[in-house]
Amino acid sequence: MEASSDYAVQMHGITKTFGSFTALDSVDLDVKKQTVHAILGENGAGKSTLMNVLYGLYQADAGEVYLGGQSVQIQSPLDAIAHGIGMVHQHFMLVENFTVTENIILGDEVCHSLGVLDMARAKKEVEKIVREYGFDVDPDAKIEDITVGMQQRVEILKALYRGADTLILDEPTAVLTPQEITQLIKIMRGLVARGKTIIIITHKLKEIMESADACTIIRRGKYMGTVDVSKTTEGELASKMVGRRVNLTVEKGPAKPGETALSVRGLHVRDGRGIEQVCGLDLDVRVGEIVGIAGIEGNGQEEFVQAIDGLAKVDSGTISVKGEEIQNTIPRNVLDHKVATVPADRQRFGLVLPFTVAENVILERHGEETFGKGATLDYGKVRSFANGLIKEYDIRPADCVDSLAGGLSGGNQQKVIIAREVSSKPDLLVAVQPTRGLDVGAIEFVHKVLIRERDRGAAILLISLELDEVMDVADTIAVIHHGKIVGTFKQGTVSEEEVGLLMAGGGKQ
Amino acid sequence: MNNTVIKVLRKPITSAIVAILIGFLVAAIVLASAGYDPGASFAALFSGMVGRPRYIVNVIIKATPLLLCGIGVAFAFKVGLFNIGAEGQYILGTVAATIVGITCDLPAVLEIPLVVLSGTIAGALSGALIGWLKAKFGIHEVITSIMFNWISLYLCNYVVSLDAFHQPNTTGTYAVHESALTMILPNWKLSAEGQAALANFPVLRDVLVRCDVNVGIIVAVVVAILIGWLLKRTKVGYEMRAVGLNKDAARFAGINVEKNIVLCMVISGGLCGLAGALNITGILPHGISTLAAFENNGFNGLSVAFIAGCSPVGCIPAALLFAGLIYGGQTVQQTMGAPSEIISIMIGTIVFCMALGGVIPMLAEHIQRSRAERAEQARKLAAEAGTTPVAAPAGESDASRTSGSAGASSSEAEASSKTTESNGSNDKKGADGDAR
Repeated sequence: MEASSDYAVQMHGITKTFGSFTALDSVDLDVKKQTVHAILGENGAGKSTLMNVLYGLYQADAGEVYLGGQSVQIQSPLDAIAHGIGMVHQHFMLVENFTVTENIILGDEVCHSLGVLDMARAKKEVEKIVREYGFDVDPDAKIEDITVGMQQRVEILKALYRGADTLILDEPTAVLTPQEITQLIKIMRGLVARGKTIIIITHKLKEIMESADACTIIRRGKYMGTVDVSKTTEGELASKMVGRRVNLTVEKGPAKPGETALSVRGLHVRDGRGIEQVCGLDLDVRVGEIVGIAGIEGNGQEEFVQAIDGLAKVDSGTISVKGEEIQNTIPRNVLDHKVATVPADRQRFGLVLPFTVAENVILERHGEETFGKGATLDYGKVRSFANGLIKEYDIRPADCVDSLAGGLSGGNQQKVIIAREVSSKPDLLVAVQPTRGLDVGAIEFVHKVLIRERDRGAAILLISLELDEVMDVADTIAVIHHGKIVGTFKQGTVSEEEVGLLMAGGGKQ
Repeated sequence: MNNTVIKVLRKPITSAIVAILIGFLVAAIVLASAGYDPGASFAALFSGMVGRPRYIVNVIIKATPLLLCGIGVAFAFKVGLFNIGAEGQYILGTVAATIVGITCDLPAVLEIPLVVLSGTIAGALSGALIGWLKAKFGIHEVITSIMFNWISLYLCNYVVSLDAFHQPNTTGTYAVHESALTMILPNWKLSAEGQAALANFPVLRDVLVRCDVNVGIIVAVVVAILIGWLLKRTKVGYEMRAVGLNKDAARFAGINVEKNIVLCMVISGGLCGLAGALNITGILPHGISTLAAFENNGFNGLSVAFIAGCSPVGCIPAALLFAGLIYGGQTVQQTMGAPSEIISIMIGTIVFCMALGGVIPMLAEHIQRSRAERAEQARKLAAEAGTTPVAAPAGESDASRTSGSAGASSSEAEASSKTTESNGSNDKKGADGDAR
């Protein structure tokens, strides 16, 4: 395609290698002015590398970059900013105890003649942009006091303040709640209407369908084509991204529920600040079924799981696993009752990142005689056990047994946790947000494992903030609101709208 | 060859050696600016360390408590605890060993274990209390252990003042009973018979008679290996490392975090107490004296642990170096007239550079990156001069690129791409880190 002033950004034939690894192989990208352009690809496909080339963080080995039809050389982020490109990283770069205004002007401060900060003028300028783009942000609020969605808006404001015409958003929805995602999409459309161009890096198909005009797909560093979003389907995008047909609908046989594995009665749990988060929760999970808990974040899910795992004190009520009460005991006792948990925060609770993969897979089972007689630990046995799991669960790279868990990609870290938890053949598997931040292929894999475990005879408790996931995977859908189960439905007997209403505290029940 | 440089720079020991060299460099600058000849001063330092067999033995004797305290601190650090109370635990070890050694008089086979164990237990109990306060109430171990250092110091002075132990007209206590001594042939070497036998072996006589030769160093080396093994090869060690690296994940996985914290402090304190006890049984005056200030065996143990990068076995060379510097430093003062504080400056610089431990591996990264960049530039130049169109259409790109890179492989590019190959996986991670 010829360089043209109709396009905000054109990147042609971009190639970038790291040693012997080719991260980008002649990738093209043509972003029309005043559009939202998505870049879709699996983890490690090269999306971020491409954007880092555009932002001047990497220099391409080959290829041309045109901005508004003009050929440019972007050597550093400063160059990129000077050319009107702004980038919002997935992990925000904000000073926690500075105010919104202070963060926005940081690095480009408004000063009096002698170099003294002119906060009054800075605030006015910030307020002006906030008004102009209709952002709901208080310029005087401290970053640590505002929500994640708000922090993201501050990052966007920062880029706008520096005069960005083209905004790159790296995985902007990864940290947001469903409501915040809706708001973000509104903001993006508003920015486009005011003449800006937006590039979003993502692997979430639904958001592309909702927000983007065009979508460029990259697979393993190769350009797979650009599609008009209005003329495509989620399925087509997914198969282009993964390179094979992906089952977006979860395939499973009917559940064959047996005896009750988990029985929760009248559970009351308070959080760390003493506020009651679980307020009289009742729930049954039987072997051979998946019970999914749908709910908005902060409705007691976290405390509920902590109570099951023996990490939070239960004020009243009971939690029984196969008839034996386990509330207010210790985590070891819960594990001994064959309860396994895939935690929501995999880096904080799931893994010891500076441990190797081999050391991580025995975190809960290192005491067993199979891994060494008496007090000693037999690393030969540990490694061969780990290698078995690496093979079975296709954890990559295949020779990662002695690599640090912190060096694996997010999807593979999650596979390590799931492999460990499932390898103990639990009676009850609690999976909290098991697919958060994973790409389509990995999500499919996790769901398959959950269903396989169900069919093996485990009881599965799935807790997810993604309503779609609960609706698709769970045999029984339980809605949580204010620490209580406010409705329980068999799969297929309830619509997404009804569940959504209950989640928000409305509805008949 | 280039690969080797990078590999060597990545090794933790390289950081230690570079830190030591920088320490010497800084000391040389200070010496020179104060008007002393750095070369001659260092010569005096080394001859004071290893100039005679007796010096070497003295260095080893001095290194023993530093080594044990160093292992104690390093061990706690691996479990995420900063045991700054090594000094106090060392003092408690000396106090308990002295009390037991003076009050009990049993045959050596019973007396030695009893005295040494009592010192170890005293240190361990102090550690246990610090650990328990941390585990139960979340009181930071640095605060409590600093307090315990002073409590131990004044407890020591109180014990010295007691009539039962105080040796009249001195500032110290009586010596412990002879059966408690862990010296090598303490009586024989001074007897007429021993002297006669040693007369033909001047070196051995020099070492045996003029030094407090004792078995402490053997115990300390065995302990270093044992603790290294405990951390790496046992279930308890595994649990402790997990607690040290990620408390939340450890608790989630059913590991009793509190128990491990207390146990770790028990062992750490016990090792420091053992250091104290072995100094009582091993070297003169075999008792405690009124302390006006800390003797710094425990605090120097902190430095030893950090020079060793908190590896228990690494503490062995670190302790020897440290003891050598302190002991040899006296010679610098005697022969050169240069203040021995120079040694403190040197040690301080070494510890400081060790604290900057991340710098050396970073240097390796930097060399690697600049090499990769140079290789890329070479490739680019070759591509521009050569035949390959840079922005080839996607379909043909594979074939043309292969020929392009083949044309580009000037010898430098080839050599450097090999260098980067081994770490290609790291680069990959870096490249796509943002995507996750």
